[in-house]
Amino acid sequence: MTEKVYARNVEALKSGTVIDHIPAGQGLRILRLFQLAEYRERVTVGLNLPSGHMGSKDLIKIENVVLSEEQANELALFAPRGTVSVIEDFAVVRKQKLAIPDTVEGIFACPNSNCVSHVEPVQSHFSVRVTEHDTKMKCKYCEKVFSKDIVVDVR
Amino acid sequence: MPNPLYRKHIISIPDFTREELELVVQTAAQLKAAPRGDLLKDRLLATCFFEPSTRTRLSFETAVQRLGGNVIGFADGANTSAKKGETLADTVRIISSYTDAIIMRHPKEGAARVASEFSSVPIINGGDGANQHPSQTLLDLFTLQETQGRLDNLTVAFVGDLKYGRTVHSLAQALSLFGAKFYFVGPEALAMPDYLCEELDERGISYSIAATIEEVIPHIDILYMTRVQRERFDEAEYKKIQGQFVLRADMLRSARPNMKILHPLPRVDEITTDVDATPHAYYFEQAKNGVYARQALLSLVLNETV
Repeated sequence: MTEKVYARNVEALKSGTVIDHIPAGQGLRILRLFQLAEYRERVTVGLNLPSGHMGSKDLIKIENVVLSEEQANELALFAPRGTVSVIEDFAVVRKQKLAIPDTVEGIFACPNSNCVSHVEPVQSHFSVRVTEHDTKMKCKYCEKVFSKDIVVDVR
Repeated sequence: MPNPLYRKHIISIPDFTREELELVVQTAAQLKAAPRGDLLKDRLLATCFFEPSTRTRLSFETAVQRLGGNVIGFADGANTSAKKGETLADTVRIISSYTDAIIMRHPKEGAARVASEFSSVPIINGGDGANQHPSQTLLDLFTLQETQGRLDNLTVAFVGDLKYGRTVHSLAQALSLFGAKFYFVGPEALAMPDYLCEELDERGISYSIAATIEEVIPHIDILYMTRVQRERFDEAEYKKIQGQFVLRADMLRSARPNMKILHPLPRVDEITTDVDATPHAYYFEQAKNGVYARQALLSLVLNETV
């Protein structure tokens, strides 16, 4: 009996957000960068779950929290095919569309170690541009342009 | 209507429109032809050089004083509150409450942009690490206009350090607004960064890579030389490329009569001194033009109309 109840506690979400189809390996990073544990709400993380399309995937459920459109778009940098579902009363009431944002503020550190943003009281700020083969991020301060994967990997 | 640069921060060349670049160049030409001693009358400017510089600081200070303004400041960050750990943001907040504009150089990339977010007066970037040095580009553009009579459709060869040379990057970005054609000549390890080549591609600018200076000389209006810094290479590598990107007077026989040689200076050994006496050498006049270009910039930033 206890086993069954336990399973339901983990899986069912009364209200909150489910972030699904995260590429395997990115789940913990998203948790950390978006400070999802800081809300002091119940967070469930699934790692390396089987997925039909992706082989394996990560998944995050967070109770009583709805991501802003801005946060959802920033998520798209890690999980281009991710889905964000808003749950109310155990039912999906809305799917948030993920679109690569034009700018990203305060989430990533600039990979350029001589960039002034590391030592001054400012938030990091990148403008994002999607090209044919890559997504490029340009730091507002040092004006250096990086491939998205380099920026995302820095911390 | 105030001129478009009035009370603007001058941080980076990509912030400029083509019309704004032309305005600075025209104003520099006017001030060179007919000096004005009144455009900064009763104005006090700060030159905050957190990193030492010879030409840039002296040329800015000359520009201010020739226009009738006054200067306070420092030439080295070592004896300032920055040394005690004060942030640039705080330093700039205070100095901007004393003066009408701040001209600054700083070793960190992006420093001028940060300063502009905390300053109540215009910030003029005199160089931020390896990033931007817009007044150098403005004086380069003024020199191109002066020697070629136009900025449109010039053919320019950049020689030397194309990877780290901020003057090369900024001038290429600026000229891309005027439909230029470029040749890049330099060691493979110091090639033009990909992101800049992509920018040029997007603007439809044609460029090619050449192995030697000689092969481009007959085709160009401007030969823009830069220094290949020894410290970028190990000794054996440097020996291999040393001498490959050096300009000598005997290489100029096939040059067009209008062809001019520019160099942001300091020169070390990449232009031999016999070039100085040729009619193509223009780098010393270019350095002198720095004062006029900076006069133009400061006049426009601090006066509604010039």
